[in-house]
Amino acid sequence: MAIEVKVPTILRTYTGGEKAVSGSGDTLGELLDDVETRNEGIRARVVDGDELRRFVNVYVNDEDVRFTGGLGTDVKDGDTVVILPAVAGG
Amino acid sequence: MLTLDQTTYEAIVAHARRDHPDEACGVVAGPVGSDRAERFIPMLNAAMSPTFYEFDSGELLRLYQDLDDRDEEPVVIYHSHTATEAYPSRTDISLAQEPGAHYVLVSTSDGAHEGDTPLPIRSFRIVDGQVSEEEVSIVSGDAADGVAGAERPRNGG
Repeated sequence: MAIEVKVPTILRTYTGGEKAVSGSGDTLGELLDDVETRNEGIRARVVDGDELRRFVNVYVNDEDVRFTGGLGTDVKDGDTVVILPAVAGG
Repeated sequence: MLTLDQTTYEAIVAHARRDHPDEACGVVAGPVGSDRAERFIPMLNAAMSPTFYEFDSGELLRLYQDLDDRDEEPVVIYHSHTATEAYPSRTDISLAQEPGAHYVLVSTSDGAHEGDTPLPIRSFRIVDGQVSEEEVSIVSGDAADGVAGAERPRNGG
């Protein structure tokens, strides 16, 4: 088992075009670090310093992680993580 | 060029008028790779602001799950400007993250939200911070019915 990470179109340049990649970790932050080792560059598009980027949404099992502890959100095998760029403007 | 059917065009304009003075936003979905704007989906502007729009986070997830299930993508991402022209703002450009989408803008400024006169809409591609305007063609009928009549260009770019 692993954790599935669904990748939006704009970030598939880092996954060789794959719509989903898998990884492991106990927290979202660890998971993203692990995914980064095989998809170099993707982490920086999601994380800025120690925080999620303001206009990138990440969901663990359909819950927006902004309400569950951000990068510290617990993850485990079998979970599904979805990354979606915000649709926003002025 | 973006082709929109009359029904969808009117739905976008009506949404913009309804939400004025706040910005209205939504998408028109179509089969992946088809470039056909077929399914009108108005979205909640979670910012509820006259100068900013952002899809509600929960709605955004459900939208993309639904699109995925239907093998669709957001062909059009539309929003309104309620005090300025229908041209991408600096914020629009910096936050655009769907390089394959047509970014459609409609303006309800200068009292245009009142009455029922047609409002011009404009369409843009926004890729890597570069904006390029494209022609918009409004065709009669409703894409969902598969009925499309004579093309009638409107406000070509």
